[in-house]
Amino acid sequence: MVQYVVARLLWLIPTILAMALVTFLVMHATPGSPLDPIAEGANPLPPEAQKVLAKHYGLDKPLWHQFGIFVAKAARGDFGFSFVYKTRTVAEILRETFPISLFLGSMALALAVAGGLTLGILAAVYQNRGWDYVSVSLATVGVAVPNFVLAVFLIILFSFVIPLFPTGGWDSPSNWVLPTVTLAAAPMGIIARFTRASMLEVIRADYTLTARAKGLSEAPVIFKHALKNALIPVITLLGPMFAAVGTGSFFVESIFRVPGMGRFFVQSMTGRDYPMIMAVVLTYGVFLAIMNLAVDLAYGALDPRIRY
Amino acid sequence: MGLSTPASGTKITAGPRPLADPDGIRAPHPVAVEAGTEVRSSSLWRDAIRRLLRNRLAVAGGVVIVLLCLIAIFADVLAPRSYTKTNFERLNEAPTRDYPLGTDQLGRDLLSRMIYGAQVSMLVGLGAQIIIVAIGVPIGAVSGYLGGRADLYITRFIDVMYAFPRLLFVILVMSMLGAGLMNIFIAIGLTGWVGIARQVRAQVLAIKEKEFVDAARGLGAGFARLLSRHILPNALTPIVVAVTFGIPEAIFTEAALSFIGVGINPPTPSWGQMVGEGQQYIRSYWHLCVFPSIAIAVTMLAFTFFGDGVRDALDPKMK
Repeated sequence: MVQYVVARLLWLIPTILAMALVTFLVMHATPGSPLDPIAEGANPLPPEAQKVLAKHYGLDKPLWHQFGIFVAKAARGDFGFSFVYKTRTVAEILRETFPISLFLGSMALALAVAGGLTLGILAAVYQNRGWDYVSVSLATVGVAVPNFVLAVFLIILFSFVIPLFPTGGWDSPSNWVLPTVTLAAAPMGIIARFTRASMLEVIRADYTLTARAKGLSEAPVIFKHALKNALIPVITLLGPMFAAVGTGSFFVESIFRVPGMGRFFVQSMTGRDYPMIMAVVLTYGVFLAIMNLAVDLAYGALDPRIRY
Repeated sequence: MGLSTPASGTKITAGPRPLADPDGIRAPHPVAVEAGTEVRSSSLWRDAIRRLLRNRLAVAGGVVIVLLCLIAIFADVLAPRSYTKTNFERLNEAPTRDYPLGTDQLGRDLLSRMIYGAQVSMLVGLGAQIIIVAIGVPIGAVSGYLGGRADLYITRFIDVMYAFPRLLFVILVMSMLGAGLMNIFIAIGLTGWVGIARQVRAQVLAIKEKEFVDAARGLGAGFARLLSRHILPNALTPIVVAVTFGIPEAIFTEAALSFIGVGINPPTPSWGQMVGEGQQYIRSYWHLCVFPSIAIAVTMLAFTFFGDGVRDALDPKMK
């Protein structure tokens, strides 16, 4: 077990290095440079100024050298100054915005798990009856409809037609509702679909029949015997789910004006903010990899048949 | 619901390729095994289509998809106005008789722009799949077939690509290539082949050990012929399923990219771009983003229902 965790953690290093390298190469292969920005409103710089700036930011060194410096610094949590917000370090900006995204993501994920399990169990227990159709349709809408489209519908419905929640902002809990629901919809749909399939399989298993045969009523059969076993495959979903919530957050944050880190996904790339691009991709990648590991460990803890 | 096995007599004539030697099917010797799988696969497809047609949601999805394709193909005929024609006297107008879906911030007819938007969505959905299949299937097949060191390197590479935040990578590639339809194909293709390559590799790994492959090899079939004639046709089911689910994903990706502003170049209309621009004025001009949003939602739902139907039809065990 310990050996497995250590091995997995060690595997993280080459994975992240590869991720950093690919991002780094694509980034530098991109036409347009931070010194001569193609962004709107940017003034062209004279060549001497470009040279000085390149030297200042270390952009005059060969690529492999730049990458080496980046890795050495990044290992210490130093991503340098942002090219766009010149007076602030990337680490500073992320420290401020990442917790907000994380908070929004956690709320969305909690809602997704609670809602998805409920829908999935209802659908399986009432298979091919009313509840099944309701929850399968809800799940499909959640999976299929992109979150920025859902956001538009939710704003129209719950801000204009029935003015319950504000259209954006992040000051009070009433601001949190719509972004959380929007972000939760897709993972909720996925969880509901998987829970339904997994529950249907378990409900037909022999041990469920045994539980019924010994006279247990419906509730303990479903919750104690079936659900516990049905949950195992659902757990594996949580890894990719973090990815969905993570990338989805950009759209949700920009529509609802949430001051999270999502907006840097796009801003940094269109602005050729090299340090920011690297930091954002890597933060996301590391977070994802650690979550995947946590999910794998939880999987092993829940299912005694799995040994490392 | 299992695979039904109707009388084999009708199956033979219904096969995609008429068999030269129908007797070979009943004979168990290795030469006939290829023919045998041919017959089985043809009945698999026929059964699948029958099951698909019985699924009402899937049929509804299919009808919507056909309609969307027709709208895209006949956009020139259907659109009441040109999608670039501006009318500065009637900006941001709510739906009226002249403009059934209203006008946008430049006074362009929203309905016409929506109709042309269907072209972009359908093109991206199909075009990106062609690239994804063209990259993913050979890589997965070669990896699974060769095994050993080549397989190890390829799967490691696939794993790294898999760990990549997908949409982020597409945005990165798009900001490198610049906006445009062709570049969207490339960006989605470059990042999307991973899933299908995995599936194909797993299938090839399983199939290459089967007797009929040995038989074909024994008869002198080379590497390319083995893969293309014997192994891949039998690995078709997961490819078809992956493609039907890949189409809405590509449509979503295009919409998302255009929403951000790195997708389709204006003035070519794209639904995602219209939602992206329109949602900024949602308080004053709701129609700007609501109609394209409905279009995206309906398209995505149609493809998802259809895709679910195809998967259930091809793999009845999943249901």
